Amino acid sequence: MIEVRDLKKRFGTHQVLNGVNLHIESGESVVIIGRSGGGKSILIKHLIGLLRPDSGAVLVDGQDITPMNERQLLEVRRKFGMLFQGAALFDSLTVAENVSFMLRREGKHTPGEIAARVEQALDMVELQGTQNKKPSELSGGMRKRVGLARAIIYQPEIVLYDEPTTGLDPVVSDSIDQLIQRVRDRLKVTSIVVTHDMRSARRVGQRILMLYEGKIYFTGTPDEAFSSKDPVVERFVKGISDPKEHTF
Amino acid sequence: MTGYVTRWISEWIEGLGKLALLFAEAVRSLCIHKPNGRELLRQIYFIGVKSQSVVLITGAFTGMVLCAQTYFQFHKVKMDSATLAVVSVSMCGELGPVLTGLMVAGRVGAAMAAELGTMRVTEQIDALRTLAAHPVDYLVVPRLLATLIAMPLLTAESIALGITAGYVVGVHLLGIDPTYSWQHMLRYTDVSDVVMGVLKSVVFGGVIALVGCHKGIVCGEGAEGVGRATTEAVVYASITILISNFFLTMFLTPLLGGL
Repeated sequence: MIEVRDLKKRFGTHQVLNGVNLHIESGESVVIIGRSGGGKSILIKHLIGLLRPDSGAVLVDGQDITPMNERQLLEVRRKFGMLFQGAALFDSLTVAENVSFMLRREGKHTPGEIAARVEQALDMVELQGTQNKKPSELSGGMRKRVGLARAIIYQPEIVLYDEPTTGLDPVVSDSIDQLIQRVRDRLKVTSIVVTHDMRSARRVGQRILMLYEGKIYFTGTPDEAFSSKDPVVERFVKGISDPKEHTF
Repeated sequence: MTGYVTRWISEWIEGLGKLALLFAEAVRSLCIHKPNGRELLRQIYFIGVKSQSVVLITGAFTGMVLCAQTYFQFHKVKMDSATLAVVSVSMCGELGPVLTGLMVAGRVGAAMAAELGTMRVTEQIDALRTLAAHPVDYLVVPRLLATLIAMPLLTAESIALGITAGYVVGVHLLGIDPTYSWQHMLRYTDVSDVVMGVLKSVVFGGVIALVGCHKGIVCGEGAEGVGRATTEAVVYASITILISNFFLTMFLTPLLGGL
C-alpha cells in the first residue's frame, strides 16, 4: 500500500507539487494523468525515493520513506520495479546482463538459475533470443520491453511505469498496454502508470488520478473520467485546448 | 566584484565539501561491500593501459627539454655534469606526478564525467538506484580504486622515461660526461624524492576520480549539461592538482626528511 500525504516539491520558483494526497491499495492498477510538465514523473519518482520532497510524507506499507538515507532506501526499493520513459537500459551491458542486473548483484543465484530467470522474463515480454544483443541494436518498443523485463525479474510488489507508450507508434503502444495488463494479472502486482495517452489510460487503469496545478484534481474510474463534465477533466480527456491559455 | 569573489569562494568550499562527502561514502562502501572485480579490472585497463601513450610521450619530452634547458644554463658556469641530477630530482618530485596528473585528468577525468553525466541524463543512474544499487558502490568505487592503483604506476613510468630521455639527450646529443652525470644523479636523488612523487600521484589520482565522478553524477540536463560537466571536471581537477601540489611539497618535504 502506498500513501502520499500533502507532498510539496518546488524547483526554483516553480511549485511542481503543491500538496498531493493519494492512496493506492495493494494489487490496484492506477493511472496518473496530467499535462506534460505537470509533475507526473516528479510524483512517481517521489514514490520510490528518487527525489526528496520539500515537505509531506510518502508511506510504503505504512513506513515513511522521506527521512530515509540512500542506503535505507535501497532496501525499500526492492519492493519496486520501474520502467523509465526512455527505458534507461545500461548501454555497456547486453540485454541479458541488463535484465539480470539485480540478480547478479544479489550474488545468491547460480549462473544457470540466472539464465533461466532471464529467459523467463524475456519470454514474458515476448523478446526471446535477444539475450546477447546490445541496447543500441534494439528499437524503442523493444528497449521498453527489456526495461520491463529488468523491472519484473525479481518479482517486485509494485511496478511503476513512467510514460510507457510515449514515442511509440499506436501498434507498439497497444502491445505495451497489453504487456502491462499481462504483468499485472500474472504477477499480481500493484501497477502505477504515468501517462498522458488517454487510450492507454483507459486500457490499463482501474482508477484514474488527474494531477492538475500540483494537486490531485480528479479521482475516478476510467468511465467516470471519460464521462466527466468538469471542464478541466473533459478538456484533457478529449484533448481540447483552452483558447485563452498558452499551451506551448 | 566583492560579491562575485565571495560567491566563487563559497562555491569552491561547497565543492570541496561535496568531494569530501563523496570520498566518505566511497570509504563506507568499501567497508561494507566488496568492489566489483570485473569492473575494477576494466577501469584499470581503461585508466592505466589506455593512458600509456599520452603519459609516456609527456614524460619523455619533458625530460628531454628539461635536460636541454638545464644544460644550456649550467654550461655557462661549467656545471654540465649536474644537469641529470636536476632532471632526476625535478622529474621525481614535481614534474612526473604533476604532468602525469594533468594528462590523466584531461583524458580520464573528462571521460568519467562524460560517461556518468550521460548515464545521469538518460536516467541510467536513477535506474541503478531503483535496482537497489548505490551509484557510489557501482560507479564511483571501481573508478576511484582503479585510479589510485594506476596513477602511481603511470607516474613511475613517466619519471623513468623522463630521466632516460634526459640522459640520452644530455649524453648523446649535448655531450655531457656519462659517468659524472650518472654519479651526480645518484648522489643528489634521494629515496624521499621518489616516495614524494609516488605519494603525490596517489593524491592526484584520488582528486581526478572524485572530481570526474562528482561532476558526472551531478551533471545538468541535456548535451549542454554533459559538456559543462566534462569541462568542469578537467578544469577543477587540474587546478586542484596544481594547488595541492604546492601544499604537498611543503608538507611532505620535512616529513620525508628532505630538509
